[in-house]
Amino acid sequence: MNLRRDVFQAIADPTRRAILLLVASQTMSAGAIASNFDTARPTISKHLQILTECQLLQQTQSGREVYYHINAKKMKDVADFIEPFRKLWDDRFNTLENVMKQHQSQKQK
Amino acid sequence: MEPKTKVNAGNGKQDMVITRDFDLPVDLLFKAFAEAEFLEQWMGTKVLKLESRKHGSYQMETKDPKGNVAFRANGVIHEFIPEQKIIRTFEMEGTPFGVQLEIYAFEPLSDTTSRLNMHVIYESGEKRDQVLQLPFAQGLNWAHDRLQDILCKLKKGK
Repeated sequence: MNLRRDVFQAIADPTRRAILLLVASQTMSAGAIASNFDTARPTISKHLQILTECQLLQQTQSGREVYYHINAKKMKDVADFIEPFRKLWDDRFNTLENVMKQHQSQKQK
Repeated sequence: MEPKTKVNAGNGKQDMVITRDFDLPVDLLFKAFAEAEFLEQWMGTKVLKLESRKHGSYQMETKDPKGNVAFRANGVIHEFIPEQKIIRTFEMEGTPFGVQLEIYAFEPLSDTTSRLNMHVIYESGEKRDQVLQLPFAQGLNWAHDRLQDILCKLKKGK
């Protein structure tokens, strides 16, 4: 299994990113997570399964409920995990450069 | 080729440094942070308030296509030295990430190039890692959509 590719595929999906953000600060049950989305419950379950399979989320069984929490260690273990963050700033700064260059050339006209 | 934007975030620390060299004179680079008109364009968010002076404050907001507020951030400017330095706080409202302290150092490299050194200090190492590890849920999309918008406008302008 190519872990890195799987992780990046997992976080490429907006719903899965939203799930990660939700559980970033607290452990949540599958039901509580699903209640934050309009999407059908089985779809959310599928997303949770993918996030768990690539070990970004960890499950804990408590009675009949399954709880999910972020696996911070796994996230750290993935080399270049900050790449999406770096890319975000790189894109912003590229835009900044273009916007200001355009402004500069307009001033010179 | 080395990436233009570098992020240095040491393991177990509660801060990080983002460095970027720009093909812009330092006055233009500074302007991109100091004037709402430009900040809006590259950050891809609406600037509700920006008082670019010592003890000034700012607020920005992004709405999703349905008009709901998807992102709102605010902060206070503690130091404002034109073309040299901005020290400000930054808080993303409604998130568990806390308040971060941001120190921006602007430095001319030549008449036409400049460097930005952005030092960000979080409340804890844990909070820093949360911000780093989650690419801001929608953040990547916003940046991407914004770039698309600007490219479309450029094409239409021709």
